[in-house]
Amino acid sequence: MLTPLEIEALALSLKVAVWAVVCSLPLGILIAWLLARREFPGKALFDGLVHLPLVLPPVAMGYVLLVLFGRNGQLGAWLHDSLGISLVFSWRGAALAAAVMAFPLLVRAIRLSMEAVDRRLETAARTLGAGPGRVFLTITLPLTAPGILTGVLLAFVRCLGEFGATITFAANVPGETRTIPLALYSALQVPGGEDAAFRLAWLSVALAVAALIASQFLARRIAGRIGI
Amino acid sequence: MLELDIKGRAGDFPIEAAFRSEAGVTALFGRSGAGKTSIVDMLAGLRRPEAGRIAVDGEVLFDSEAGIDLPIERRRLGYVFQEARLFPHLTVAGNLSYGQRLVPAGAANADADRVIDLLDLRPLLERRPAGLSGGERQRVAIGRALLAAPRLLLMDEPLANLDAPRRGEILGFVEQLRDDLGIAIVYVSHNMDEIIRLADNMVVISDGRVAAMGSVAEITSRLDLRPLTGRWDAGAVLATEVAEQDPRDGLTRLAFAGGDLWIPRLDLPLGAPLRVRVRARDVALALEPPRAVSVLNVYRGRVVEIGDDDGPQVDVLVDIGSPLWARITRRSQRELDIAPGRQVHAMVKAVAVDRHSLGGRDPGRGYRRR
Repeated sequence: MLTPLEIEALALSLKVAVWAVVCSLPLGILIAWLLARREFPGKALFDGLVHLPLVLPPVAMGYVLLVLFGRNGQLGAWLHDSLGISLVFSWRGAALAAAVMAFPLLVRAIRLSMEAVDRRLETAARTLGAGPGRVFLTITLPLTAPGILTGVLLAFVRCLGEFGATITFAANVPGETRTIPLALYSALQVPGGEDAAFRLAWLSVALAVAALIASQFLARRIAGRIGI
Repeated sequence: MLELDIKGRAGDFPIEAAFRSEAGVTALFGRSGAGKTSIVDMLAGLRRPEAGRIAVDGEVLFDSEAGIDLPIERRRLGYVFQEARLFPHLTVAGNLSYGQRLVPAGAANADADRVIDLLDLRPLLERRPAGLSGGERQRVAIGRALLAAPRLLLMDEPLANLDAPRRGEILGFVEQLRDDLGIAIVYVSHNMDEIIRLADNMVVISDGRVAAMGSVAEITSRLDLRPLTGRWDAGAVLATEVAEQDPRDGLTRLAFAGGDLWIPRLDLPLGAPLRVRVRARDVALALEPPRAVSVLNVYRGRVVEIGDDDGPQVDVLVDIGSPLWARITRRSQRELDIAPGRQVHAMVKAVAVDRHSLGGRDPGRGYRRR
């Protein structure tokens, strides 16, 4: 079936994507809420900043990350000196690069869904004695579930396909940052690697289809549960 | 008891209202766009007044001078909206218990079983809001508000989105809340029928201000409020009680300050209080005591006031021991020379009184299953 190298790349891809999505989801929900429900000065600028990874070349984004989180970057130096965490050449760096690149997709889907939640329901909940925090957790968030699922799926597949920012920021280290797209690229760099590249391409397709099917299944269950 | 004295605006529209209400049902009446909902929203904390004071049962909810402005969730006023606003992701049971779990410790709890039975919600508990009819949804919304153990129940045109049969059904349930649970209700409506059935007192709102307030009988008999209370449905409200049943003819005799009123049989015990609206267009006037007429109810009285309308009809206020309105043609008025001070006989057809004209402790129930 799969060669050890393919299994390694597959496992790493999944690990990077899962960590990237799980860690960025709370922040994504918070920012989606800010954009959907709050008015504040500089909102348009903030909105633009959140969407920046979507419009910037991934390599440029990777370079920005390198400047910030590299060994000589301010944040990177602080992380290394105080927590002993190094992101460059590590799967954590690949996860950060993937998370940053997928973040606009995550926020956008959640925000659209949250904007569609009927605010009159939130008001009704408050007249029943629920404070704003409880209203968010018991009314807004459950009704945003379909959007959260969509956002998670989009971000997840975006993470699986992430290449430019990852290779720029976290480099191409076998077993550490060499996810499926990077492995595919590496295979094409060696003479006679077309077969390996072909197999990896198919692996990508299989993974994407599996993610789509899983999300369809979940979407149906959520729709049933929130009665829409 | 509710005390309210507020100033504010809803968009560009100025709101200035002051009234008090005791137990029972107080109706806020006015045309759509008069500012009724804005006032209730300010009461509930959904909208902020610029100045004033709101207190319920002695607890201050808003006081601009003292800098008090309780957030919505701490006012504990049940709000039944025009649209039911049920939570689609929760079952009926989940909707009902949403506020019940948030009743602060020390506050009186609502009797859940009693509310559920009263509103006939038990068969619906496992259902989802999406599968309910309009009337069922509104019943769940009322139950949900009640289970949050509110100090006061606010109902903003709760029947507006329902068809006629459902309206009658919900009205019956609201009557039971008033009679069986004894909760104070502020009921917003532009429909006189609903108000006469439900309310003891009413506040007339016009252009964001209180145009008049008082008992329903008093307000409906005032000529100067006619442009606000409406012309076609205008009439006097009589405070009566059931005095006699005549099973042979299927009639009920109601006693009031002006005498007796015979109406089609009502299945109510003797002594039951009842408000009856007699529409001005159902009252005829005669100068001589009428003989050999089919009309059962004839009252002697004196003309007090005549409305100054330009149309072919005029409204005549007759004092028969309590105020009664008659709408007659201008020609009749001229030919009979009807003027203030003149003695007349007013006639009311028994069959003109139907269940839409009735209100009171247990109103119209006798007609409901017909």
